Amino acid sequence: MRAASAFEKPFAAVGRASGGFFAAFGRFGGFIFEVFRSLRDVTTWLPLLFGQMRRLGVDSIPIALFLAGFTGIVLALQASYTFTGAIPLYFVGVLVGKTMILELGPVLTGLALSGRVGANIAAQLGTMRVSEQIDALETLAYNPVAYLVVPRVLAGILMFPIIVIFSNAIGIFAGMITSINMLEMSSQEFIRGLRLFHEPFDITYSLIKTTSFGLIITVVGSFQGFNTQGGAEGVGIATTRAVVISSMLILLFDALWAVLLLQGQ
Amino acid sequence: MIELNNVYKAFGPKKVLNGFSLTVAEGDTVSLVGFSGAGKSVTLKHIVGLLEPDSGSVHVDGLHVSSLSRQQLYEMRRKVGYVFQFAALFDSMTIAENLAMGLVKHGGYGKDEIRERISESLKRVELEGFESRYPAELSGGQRKRAGLARAIAFRPKYLLYDEPTSGLDPVTTAVIDRLILKMRDDLGVTSLVITHDMGSAYNVSDRIAMLYEGRVLEQGTPDEIRNTQNSIVRGFVEGKPELVEKGVAEQT
Repeated sequence: MRAASAFEKPFAAVGRASGGFFAAFGRFGGFIFEVFRSLRDVTTWLPLLFGQMRRLGVDSIPIALFLAGFTGIVLALQASYTFTGAIPLYFVGVLVGKTMILELGPVLTGLALSGRVGANIAAQLGTMRVSEQIDALETLAYNPVAYLVVPRVLAGILMFPIIVIFSNAIGIFAGMITSINMLEMSSQEFIRGLRLFHEPFDITYSLIKTTSFGLIITVVGSFQGFNTQGGAEGVGIATTRAVVISSMLILLFDALWAVLLLQGQ
Repeated sequence: MIELNNVYKAFGPKKVLNGFSLTVAEGDTVSLVGFSGAGKSVTLKHIVGLLEPDSGSVHVDGLHVSSLSRQQLYEMRRKVGYVFQFAALFDSMTIAENLAMGLVKHGGYGKDEIRERISESLKRVELEGFESRYPAELSGGQRKRAGLARAIAFRPKYLLYDEPTSGLDPVTTAVIDRLILKMRDDLGVTSLVITHDMGSAYNVSDRIAMLYEGRVLEQGTPDEIRNTQNSIVRGFVEGKPELVEKGVAEQT
């Protein structure tokens, strides 16, 4: 084959990179299809589901609540700073409630869990891949996707909305306590603001977003872990990619849900 | 019987198997030897369907592996025990739980039967009393034996060993060799052993095949291999690089 000239080299590099991107995209699509197909293998994933719900869900609650609590405090103080004099102070409740439920509860929790859960899944499955444990599962006649991926994905989908409900509640509660103690508001004023523009759909919107984030974090983490190559370095690369890609997808889907669900409401 | 016929496999531009053919007859123990990176482990992975050939065919018990449905593939794998190079034990599980994995999946065993089968398999590999240990608590040799115990726990018809003695001291190597022979004699398994340890290959094999440049360069009984006139094979078995270089020069 003729070697590429200096002029052609950048184009060849772009071609290779874009080819690699589309190949990875195709593999990711195939992986998602395999996850759905493996749902049929109920006897393999069901016994592992509750353990994963505890590990990925229950064990993530402390970090999520820590994050939500401080976010609520800062939201209340920043709202009061912004509204000074111009807007009645009970609007602090509006801002804290709306922002926590619609945006910061799901997104900040999602980003934190992409680090905690996504990285954990990628590192664990990546180590299993490079130490041939996934191959060993196959030789023992297990479907490794049903055994390793499906319970994690279902745990993410089922548990992340529960975590975000707690996060929203703690964030709003922290905002209320801050308002009462530092902004000289009464609890009635804060709750009045909280109710002012509240729509039941806000909760639905928050949970739809969170469910999609749970899916993104667990599927991306599992995909990166399953496709790990090499040794410790490969596991490190897979873990980093899992966090970066799932964080980017969370922000992308955050915008997508806003366009799809909030436009025209 | 395990049959690989004219198998080709490449990873990108790197051709690993290049018209590879090998037959392992019922009850035989065949060692596949070759240089590091020659494609020995790739060959084993084709047999259990972890890899698919680019062309050519792999048959296990008359079944064409690439044509099997997923369910049929899992059923075929129940006949094949695979002993991994680094044991590939599930590190979050105890040794007993590792051994139980295959038995639970294959079904038909009660709890007491599983327990009995685990302790019997561990006894066969001289690891009695290791049920509640974790893989991290075992030495390299013990891990390899635990991997073997997991592979034989469900009584496979075929055993595939991937470098069973690599990285072990001579005494532990002899113990593993003895176990390979014991599996053949006690359980009647048909075995394919991947190794580059010629001492081990001479000890355990009915036949030895040498993989070179993606195909079998020579095969025969241990005595035939020991007395071969092929310079590359002789260079490999005697550990003499100059003979290998001479053989390569002769070939070209």
